Amino acid sequence: MSLDQAAVRRIAKLARIRVADDALPQLAGDLNAILGWIDQLNEVDIDGVTPLTGAAQMTLAWRADMVTDGGDAERVLSNAPDREGQFYAVPKVVE
Amino acid sequence: MAYTIEGNSGSWEVVVGLEVHAQVISKAKLFSGAATAFGAAPNSQVSLVDAAFPGMLPVLNGECVAQAVRTGLGLNAEIHLHSRFDRKNYFYADLPSGYQISQYEHPIVGKGVIEIELADGSTRQIGVTRLHLEQDAGKSLHDQHPTKTFVDLNRSGVALMEIVSEPDIRSPEEAGAYVRKLRSILRYLGTCDGNMEEGSLRADVNVSVRKAGEPYRTRCEIKNVNSIRFVMQAVEVEALRQIKVWEDGGEVVQETRLFDSARGTTRSMRSKEDAHDYRYFPDPDLLPLILDPAWVETLRAALPELPDAKRARFIDAFGLSPYDSGVLVAEQPTAHYFETVAAGRDPKLAANWITGDLFGALNRTSRSIEDSPVSAASLGALLDLISDKTINGKIAKQVFEEMVETGAAPDAIVQARGLRQVVDTSAIDAAVDAVIAANPDKAAEYRSGKDKLFGFFVGQVMKAMAGKGNPALVNDAVKAKLG
Repeated sequence: MSLDQAAVRRIAKLARIRVADDALPQLAGDLNAILGWIDQLNEVDIDGVTPLTGAAQMTLAWRADMVTDGGDAERVLSNAPDREGQFYAVPKVVE
Repeated sequence: MAYTIEGNSGSWEVVVGLEVHAQVISKAKLFSGAATAFGAAPNSQVSLVDAAFPGMLPVLNGECVAQAVRTGLGLNAEIHLHSRFDRKNYFYADLPSGYQISQYEHPIVGKGVIEIELADGSTRQIGVTRLHLEQDAGKSLHDQHPTKTFVDLNRSGVALMEIVSEPDIRSPEEAGAYVRKLRSILRYLGTCDGNMEEGSLRADVNVSVRKAGEPYRTRCEIKNVNSIRFVMQAVEVEALRQIKVWEDGGEVVQETRLFDSARGTTRSMRSKEDAHDYRYFPDPDLLPLILDPAWVETLRAALPELPDAKRARFIDAFGLSPYDSGVLVAEQPTAHYFETVAAGRDPKLAANWITGDLFGALNRTSRSIEDSPVSAASLGALLDLISDKTINGKIAKQVFEEMVETGAAPDAIVQARGLRQVVDTSAIDAAVDAVIAANPDKAAEYRSGKDKLFGFFVGQVMKAMAGKGNPALVNDAVKAKLG
């Protein structure tokens, strides 16, 4: 698998990263080097091997269904670039 | 009779599949300890996890998993003991992390089935493809400010079950029946409150049309339809739109559309080329979800009796018609009310009073059966007064209306108004004699063979007795005196 410059431009757009056109060849080269390495890993025969989901033998932790958080709008709004009352305010998005 | 739409080129069949988003009943969110209650002040039920502050890690709420499993069991579906959470990536202001945690490749629940009942009494099996757990997004308010959108993250991270049907639905009626039945099952299970006005249950409606015998044609998805009536309307207007496109020589393009309930049309959502490039991948913050089969069995053992089983029991044990049984079991509180009234009484009579007079009174007073002006015990007491012949059926209707008005007990009303039925045959005989004496010509006509006048005499006697005569005794007396 290899990415051309158009694919890299699209990925950047989906990720909301602005990439200048003259930076695309370099970025495509870097990404293709990573994909090349993954292709190399893909050559290993893993038929019948259970996927490794973590380095430690852990099971997914569950929380009890109890309200233990919230009630502090000021804290969650503390990093908001803009707000109106207790709402976050963002440039108008209309569908 | 299969539902079809007649176009200029002949009959068209409608093919519908539904994706229903059902908000899980839980105190806390799917991956955080913030509350889920509806209607709280903006951003007051948000943890730093829900607001996607850097470094915050999700921890799964076990009760939400249990609710999904209960729902799967209630839909007779496969429970997947191994499932996984994935990230669905998209960019929107009310999704602060830039991804929704969902289950893509390995949902917690697989194939199941829902039986729907149609108006003609027939039933159909609609396949359920899957059910998965996912997070809800926040809420955007676009109409509060000329240049800004306001965002409230209270809903962000609340657990949803997305329940996907097979494209087995073939008419607007079936689409409505499917949502109604699913909502009934969810409410019985206590896994979703089914409140469509508050958005706890929303449907995405996939519609395509085809000629009989054809493979599926291109479908369109109508997003976020928030009432059963709108689901049915959306199916119909979207099918008509697509038929017109095909018959005008065009091609239906796969796209997402919005249902405009005010205009009764669907319109294209400005389709963004990237909208469906979600770049799913397993969420590295969460391990696979492994369920213990014994735990699943404890959940199964604790399931309540579900609508289909209850309906079958009402038909078998109480001798009710399939239709009446269906009406009574649709909502659990109604079924409970019925069983309370019917205990030790005539079930058919109880069903008639509930589906007739009681439903009428509830409609008129805009109340639900849970805060009915007439309790199940009071209605039962009223039926007892009928069966022990204290009052007749006609007077019972009058007593019932007063119970609705005042909430008084039926025997108190009968006592206070002197409505006790007259079973004293001498009083009845006297009334019959008086009526015959007052209508000698009609009595003569009856005796010469005009049988239809029998009803006239019974009516007059009842009227003279202010409706309180025992109908059987009055009939007997009229027959005897005129005979």
